[in-house]
Amino acid sequence: MSNNKYAVNERGYYGQFGGAYIPELLRANVDELRENYLKIINSEQFQKDYKRLLDNYVGRPTPLTKVENLSKRFGTNIYLKREDLTHTGAHKINNTIGQILIAKYMGKTRIIAETGAGQHGVATATVCALFGLECVVYMGALDIERQAPNVARMKMLGAKVVPAISGNQTLKDATNEAIRDWIANPYSFYLIGSVVGPHPYPDMVTRLQSIISKEIREQLTVETGNPNPNYVIACVGGGSNAAGAFYHYLNEENVKLVAVEASGLGVDSGETAATITIGDVGFIHGSKTMLMQDEDGQITEPYSISAGLDYPGVGPLHAHLAETGRAQFLSVTDQEALDAAKVLAQSEGIIPALESAHALAALEKIKFLKEDVVVVNLSGRGDKDMETYMKHFN
Amino acid sequence: MNRIDQLFQNKGKDILSIYFPAGYPNLNDTVPNLQLLQDKGVDLVEIGIPFSDPLADGPVIQLAAKQALDQGMSLKLLFEQLKEARKTITMPLILMGYWNVVFKYGVDSFVADCQSCGIDGVILPDLPLEEYEEEFKVRFEAHGVYNILLVTPQTTEQRMVKIEKAAKGFLYMVSSSATTGGALEQSKEREEYFKKVASLNIPSLIGFGIRDKQSFQHASSFSNGAIIGTAFINALTSGTAPEFLDSLL
Ligand SMILES: Cc1ncc(COP(=O)(O)O)c(C=O)c1O
Repeated sequence: MSNNKYAVNERGYYGQFGGAYIPELLRANVDELRENYLKIINSEQFQKDYKRLLDNYVGRPTPLTKVENLSKRFGTNIYLKREDLTHTGAHKINNTIGQILIAKYMGKTRIIAETGAGQHGVATATVCALFGLECVVYMGALDIERQAPNVARMKMLGAKVVPAISGNQTLKDATNEAIRDWIANPYSFYLIGSVVGPHPYPDMVTRLQSIISKEIREQLTVETGNPNPNYVIACVGGGSNAAGAFYHYLNEENVKLVAVEASGLGVDSGETAATITIGDVGFIHGSKTMLMQDEDGQITEPYSISAGLDYPGVGPLHAHLAETGRAQFLSVTDQEALDAAKVLAQSEGIIPALESAHALAALEKIKFLKEDVVVVNLSGRGDKDMETYMKHFN
Repeated sequence: MNRIDQLFQNKGKDILSIYFPAGYPNLNDTVPNLQLLQDKGVDLVEIGIPFSDPLADGPVIQLAAKQALDQGMSLKLLFEQLKEARKTITMPLILMGYWNVVFKYGVDSFVADCQSCGIDGVILPDLPLEEYEEEFKVRFEAHGVYNILLVTPQTTEQRMVKIEKAAKGFLYMVSSSATTGGALEQSKEREEYFKKVASLNIPSLIGFGIRDKQSFQHASSFSNGAIIGTAFINALTSGTAPEFLDSLL
């Protein structure tokens, strides 16, 4: 194991963060998954099925594109890891393919998921259709409105989309509703969309997304003769695409890891989702992590233009990477992300997802050397965000 | 002696426990609600600490908690409200809340304030037993605060043994796989589960889905009594709490 320093311990902790802070009502479900996930993931059968689906259904490996115009603009060497080119258009499918196989091996027939931007919902609906399993997706009522194309896709794929009407009606509330469904239907499989939730979810999802950095290493070796870049940059909502892009570099301390949070209208504006920057230690969705909360321990409502980053917590691995200083956490405003999306579209012919645009905007905030090799994880494509882009670019 | 132990010693069966969120329906109703419950003959009360994201609760408790929070309820204010309560309230009192709020308040301050307000126990559904025993048990016990544990129909035999050993006061026996506010399921399987828990070496109260005299009596026939939450909150909401309590007792 190359990354035990940042790996989860047997109780599900990364340093002080993680664990499984769940009601007794969920204990048996979570224990069942914990007892099975590693056995399944490490089995030959799983590895074979997972690889075959990633290669022939998802479309992996995804390219690592050297973007020359952007490189010139920033005076360095920029590569994009093209998760936008996967089937369904974001990294989320790496995880859903893996979890649906685990669900299948565990004999589950009903799948529950939460979604923010709708990408995880679509990726879940997709694999449920493929495997013929019942699919219920919880989505904040506000997100249903701002990510309409993905709602339509989920429905066409045969999923039931249930609006979450509590709180700000975004990802946090959808997650609450999904967990409540799981409490009421303990024989269902809860297919979480990011590296959040009680142990073993953060570790399981990290492993399933780690294919991203595995490929980056192989591709950079061919491209530059060195598997290690100087920087890996990724956006962080719950943190799954970042966890996948960082995973095989965690113990390569000379590779700088940059995690980019959404600061919405600005970190001090009260309208933000920059959890690491303004949050403190707390408990959300079964995990001890960094959290946006008020002085009474009530979880505050986050805000970001990007539905996929609009979350008041962050995966416990990232809380640990921030606390140990292994990753640098930057934040990017709505406007900076919109600008970065436009730059990429018009200089490279690639329209990024709004979430990924946050990672791109971080390029403006770092001083690179001419010889640096910089990898930005382009976690998804912008089709779902066209309405927002059009509204802002008029 | 802890008032919870006293209660179970003096009254072994048909124990009625009522749950309501602090600061509901109005901010300053916490203590008047307690007085009403005591006057009507309720045995035990669980006061909910309102939380923004109550994972184990259904829509009625979610809404009540939200209203309480919007009115300015907080754990700090709850302790202030409870300061004088023990002058008149003699029932055992339990606080029920989610771990984030307690952690943020500070665990040491929390147990100290529980003790000074005469709180006999707490129910913290999302604090795992293992973490409790390792990190917090000594501090809770130093202040005489019982950590009331839950069992559910999914709790395995093995875990049941562990919980029985760690339990204090009584076991909160969750009636069914559901968030709060559902209906009580009556089945052979369910009765087997009730009987199994009742045979443990600690008293138990059945909660989740108990809503009227009939379901209270049914539940009580398998345990030492039962807990009513959602149905009482509905009565508070419609201003019929006294009548509702009369219909139970
Ligand atoms: C394209 C894209 N990138 C990033 C995210 C954020 O999730 P995570 O932080 O788990 O990668 C989302 C979430 O919906 C997404 O759709």
